[in-house]
Amino acid sequence: MQRARARVTGAEQIGPYTLLRVARGSLEPGIPGQFFMLEAPGRPLPRPMSLCLTPPGELAFLIDPIGPGTRALCALQPGDRLAILGPLGNGYRLDVERPLLVGGGIGAAPLPYLSDALGHPPAILGFRSDWHAEAAQLVPNAEVVVEPTFVTEALSPGHDVFACGPEPMLAAVAKLEPAAQLAWEAPMACGHGACYGCAVQIDGEIKRLCVEGPVLAAEAVAA
Amino acid sequence: MKILNASGCLDALTAPAVARSLDAFVTKSVTPLPREGNAPPRIAEVEHGMLNSIGLANPGIDRFLAHTLPRLRELEVPIWVSVGGFAVAEYADLCDRLDDRPEVEAIELNVSCPNVDDVPASVGEIVAASRAATRKPLYTKLSPATADIAEVARAAQKAGTDGLSLVNTILGLALDEQTLKPRLSRGAGGLSGAALKPIALAAVYACYEATGLPIVGMGGITSGRDALELVAAGAASVALGTILFADPGAPARIRAELASEIANLGVGEIDNAIGLAHAEPAAISKTAGRSAAMSVQ
Ligand SMILES: Cc1cc2nc3c(=O)[nH]c(=O)nc-3n(C[C@H](O)[C@H](O)[C@H](O)COP(=O)(O)OP(=O)(O)OC[C@H]3O[C@@H](n4cnc5c(N)ncnc54)[C@H](O)[C@@H]3O)c2cc1C
Ligand SMILES: Cc1cc2nc3c(=O)[nH]c(=O)nc-3n(C[C@H](O)[C@H](O)[C@H](O)COP(=O)(O)O)c2cc1C
Ligand code: FES
Repeated sequence: MQRARARVTGAEQIGPYTLLRVARGSLEPGIPGQFFMLEAPGRPLPRPMSLCLTPPGELAFLIDPIGPGTRALCALQPGDRLAILGPLGNGYRLDVERPLLVGGGIGAAPLPYLSDALGHPPAILGFRSDWHAEAAQLVPNAEVVVEPTFVTEALSPGHDVFACGPEPMLAAVAKLEPAAQLAWEAPMACGHGACYGCAVQIDGEIKRLCVEGPVLAAEAVAA
Repeated sequence: MKILNASGCLDALTAPAVARSLDAFVTKSVTPLPREGNAPPRIAEVEHGMLNSIGLANPGIDRFLAHTLPRLRELEVPIWVSVGGFAVAEYADLCDRLDDRPEVEAIELNVSCPNVDDVPASVGEIVAASRAATRKPLYTKLSPATADIAEVARAAQKAGTDGLSLVNTILGLALDEQTLKPRLSRGAGGLSGAALKPIALAAVYACYEATGLPIVGMGGITSGRDALELVAAGAASVALGTILFADPGAPARIRAELASEIANLGVGEIDNAIGLAHAEPAAISKTAGRSAAMSVQ
């Protein structure tokens, strides 16, 4: 766990999302699926963000502006600085044979880095609109479905599934693929086990998602 | 002058380097039985702070003594154990179980958890029963949500507390932008962070004047300047809470900022700044406060 004040090197619009690039400095990228706590300018608490891409010398985050913190992050300009803590939590296990990446909406965020780590396996990405689906350009070999079609309709059996997306999507994937690795979300104040705000039920016990997850085996979270 | 963490705002086992940057580590409040805590969502950011309704999630005293404490001991940081109960006898029992553990430097009595009656009589009873159960230094942690905190502090002093921890959170409510329903599943939650600082200052100021006991000041400290203000109000030590979520490097940073604040102030030692906000700072030290507390037993 490193904390550094990173310099913003770029902020690009991709559909409704912003790809925020920062100079890597002393920060390690970590394992795909791990996350970082990003200082949200003007807000008391940082925000958890998955690492999206690792351009040389940079770290990049794909951010959906849904509230005050994410809007403040998306408003950052090159040259601005922000404190970043990470990498945090447990990422995806990469030792699988037939990887398939599944993402829904902003759940596509960790998949570009994961795809690079796995040698660009096939991916299925679901989005609310064509505008949102612009984010699919970040994931090689992606098949895109747009609502009312859901990713689970495009899922074929016989794969090692890596998924990230809204809870209903993860629950549906877990039903079809009990061995899938799923990246969950919970409200997080700290990301390092201090606040107990991110508690979820894992293996029948209340545990901290930032410590045990955010990536969990589907069967661990039988909802 | 020590810099501690506020109870419930750091896990020394998941962030050992942060714990080692403190003068002592304060545990999350331990209760007699394990508690899972409240249903999520149990945190919400608000302007200048946050709300939490964690609900004292902890492994319970048995597991704490068997598993957590031995691992904390390996960190070689002085350990303060915060205890929380729902009846006077529970506090006494918790103190009794901790009394013979050499790795425990002090016990903090969290008498300000929302499920315990917060009237002075019961704070006095809790402290008296705890005092009888342990020789360890006892710090009593009070809620600012009371009409006269000085009176509660005096009751704790009379019952034999060695010091005070001020303050715990105060209830607040946040509503969802769209639905206008409470954002926490439990409804209201404890407000912490910068918004709490003036409340903490008032509590420390009043209790210092009322008791002269050593005070661990906390509530909204984000900078060395904030820490200095609590010291001037009467705190002999300070604890960092919500700031540790955003900045786990805060102990070292605030220590350095405080040192330069003190240098600018030109009062020499930091301890000389204790109580500066008062017309006549009571010349107290830890030991003086402690013996004063002992003599009224
Ligand atoms: C491990 C982890 C990784 C994440 N990675 C990314 C990422 O790469 N990119 C990204 O854009 N976001 C990511 N998120 C989600 C992001 O952290 C939240 O969207 C952000 O904290 C919201 O802050 P805010 O102040 O903008 O909005 P808030 O005011 O906190 O929320 C605005 C609205 O959205 C709702 N909301 C808040 N958080 C969530 C959530 N997690 N899921 C669903 N609804 C929510 C709230 O109830 C509220 O109605 C991640 C979350 C976690 C836990
Ligand atoms: C998430 C969270 C959990 C807390 N848990 C406890 C606890 O278990 N026991 C306790 O005495 N205080 C607890 N507190 C209160 C803090 O110790 C502290 O009194 C309060 O947060 C004010 O300090 P701050 O503004 O610096 O955070 C908690 C606070 C927060 C934010
Ligand atoms: S986010 Fe604070 S404990 Fe998980």
